[in-house]
Amino acid sequence: MSMPYYVPPEQFMKDRADYARKGIARGRTLVALQYKDGIAIISENPSTTLHKISEIYDRIAFAGVGKYNEFDQLRVAGVRAADLKGYQFSRQDVDARSLTNQYAQILSQMFSEAPKPMEVELLVAEIGVDKASDRLFHVLYDGTVLDEHDYCVLGGDSESVVVRLKSAFKPDTALNDVVKLATSVLAGPDRKLSHEDLEVAVLERNGRRRCFRRIEDLEIQSLIG
Amino acid sequence: MSMPIFAAGSDPGANFGELLKRVGMSPFTDRSDANDLTIPHATTCVAMRFAGGVVMAGDRRATSGNLISHRSMEKVVQADELSGVAIAGAAGAAMEMIKLFQLQLEHYEKVEGQTLSLEGKANQLSMFVRSNLPAAMQGLAVVPIFAGFDLLSNSGRLWDYDVTGGRYEEKDFVATGSGMLHASTVMRVSWRRELSATDAIKLCARALWEAADADSATGGPDSLRGIYPVVASITKDGWVAVSDSTLADIYKEITNEVGLR
Repeated sequence: MSMPYYVPPEQFMKDRADYARKGIARGRTLVALQYKDGIAIISENPSTTLHKISEIYDRIAFAGVGKYNEFDQLRVAGVRAADLKGYQFSRQDVDARSLTNQYAQILSQMFSEAPKPMEVELLVAEIGVDKASDRLFHVLYDGTVLDEHDYCVLGGDSESVVVRLKSAFKPDTALNDVVKLATSVLAGPDRKLSHEDLEVAVLERNGRRRCFRRIEDLEIQSLIG
Repeated sequence: MSMPIFAAGSDPGANFGELLKRVGMSPFTDRSDANDLTIPHATTCVAMRFAGGVVMAGDRRATSGNLISHRSMEKVVQADELSGVAIAGAAGAAMEMIKLFQLQLEHYEKVEGQTLSLEGKANQLSMFVRSNLPAAMQGLAVVPIFAGFDLLSNSGRLWDYDVTGGRYEEKDFVATGSGMLHASTVMRVSWRRELSATDAIKLCARALWEAADADSATGGPDSLRGIYPVVASITKDGWVAVSDSTLADIYKEITNEVGLR
C-alpha cells in the first residue's frame, strides 16, 4: 500500500502563490490614475481586439492582467452580475465594492480549492460624483483586496513602475498629462512606447449615464503628442 | 332554425331582450374584454425614413377605456445610440419590454465588446414580442415599431411587428396603435423619398395631429400644460430628440393653417 505523500500547508500555499505570481509576471503592466475629470486606465497592449480594459456598468470599469482567458471570464461574470442587479433593483444599486467582494470570493476559492490558482490581477474602478468618491479596488490572485487612491499598478513589472510613478504623480492633472505620465512610467528609462503599443480607456465625469469611454488610436496619438 | 324551447328554470318568459340573449342574437353583447376598460393603453406612434435616417414620433396619451389615464407618457424611447422603439398597446407590459430591450442591447455591447447589427436588434425585439403572446391573447398585446440607423447599409431602416412577433421591414413609413389609420393616410399622401429631416419631423407632427383629431384615444399637442408629442430623429450621428419649443412652433403653424380651411 502506498502512503499519500504529505505536503505542509505552508509549502502548499507558497507553491500556489509562486505559480500565480510567475504567470502574472509574464504579462505586461497596467496603471490606473485619477485625473481632473475621472479615472484613466492605461496598459501596454499590442492587440487592438483582445482588450484588458472594459466597461462593466454605468460608472464601473474593469481591467485585468495575466492570463487573458481567465480575466475575460471574470469580466463577463461581472457584466452579468451588474446587469442583473441593476435590472432587479435599480441602476444606483450597482457598485464597485460589492462587485469587488464577489471577485475576491471567487479568486480566493480558486486559490485554495481549484486544481490551479488563477493567474490574474484585477482592477475594479468606479467613478463617483466627485474625486473623493472615486474607487480603485485592486484584487490579487489569492483574493486579497487593496483599496487604492490616486493610482494603482497591476501585474508584470509593477514594483518598478510604482517606484517611478510615486515620484512623478501629481493629482488633478489633465487627461493628456496622465496618459503621458503613464506611458513614460510603463516604458521605463530604456524604452519608448508609441500609441500602437497602448490600450487606453477612461471613466469620465461627463454628465451622461455611461461614463466609460475607450480612447481610440488617433486620440491616443494626439494625447501623447 | 330550431324552435326556442327552454327548461322551466331558465325560461325568459315575456322578456324579449332576454330571449334574444338566450338565442345568441342580442345586439347588446356581453363584453367581457378586460382590456377595454381596466388597464392603461398606449396609442398612436409613427416612424418614417428620410434622406439621412429615420424620424420617430408618438403622442403622449394613455387611456383606460374612456378615461385618460396619463397625459405625459413617453412611448417613443431611445433603445441605444442608433435606434429607438415606439410602442402601442398595454402600457405596463410595453414599458417592461422596452426596459428589457434596452438592457439587452447594452448587455450585448458590454459582453461582446461591440454593438449588435440593426437587423440583430430588430430580431431580438421580435423575440420579446413573441414571448408576450400568451399575455397578448388575454388582451395585453404590445405592438412596437423599431427604427434606427444601419451603419452597414448607411441608411435609416424601420420595422413593425404583429402580436406573434412577426417582423416586417417597411420601406417608407409606418404607424401603430389606435390612430394608425389616420396617421398613415397623412403620411401616405405627403411622404417623399427625399424629405429633409425638418420636413420629416413636420410630417410626423402632422400625422399625429390628424390622428388626434379623429381618434379619441390619441392625444394632441397640449399647449395648456406644455405637453407635446415625443419626436426624435436618428441619423448616423445618433439619436436627437426634438425640443418642446420647436414642436410648439410646428403645432402653431399647423393650427394656423387648419384655422384657415
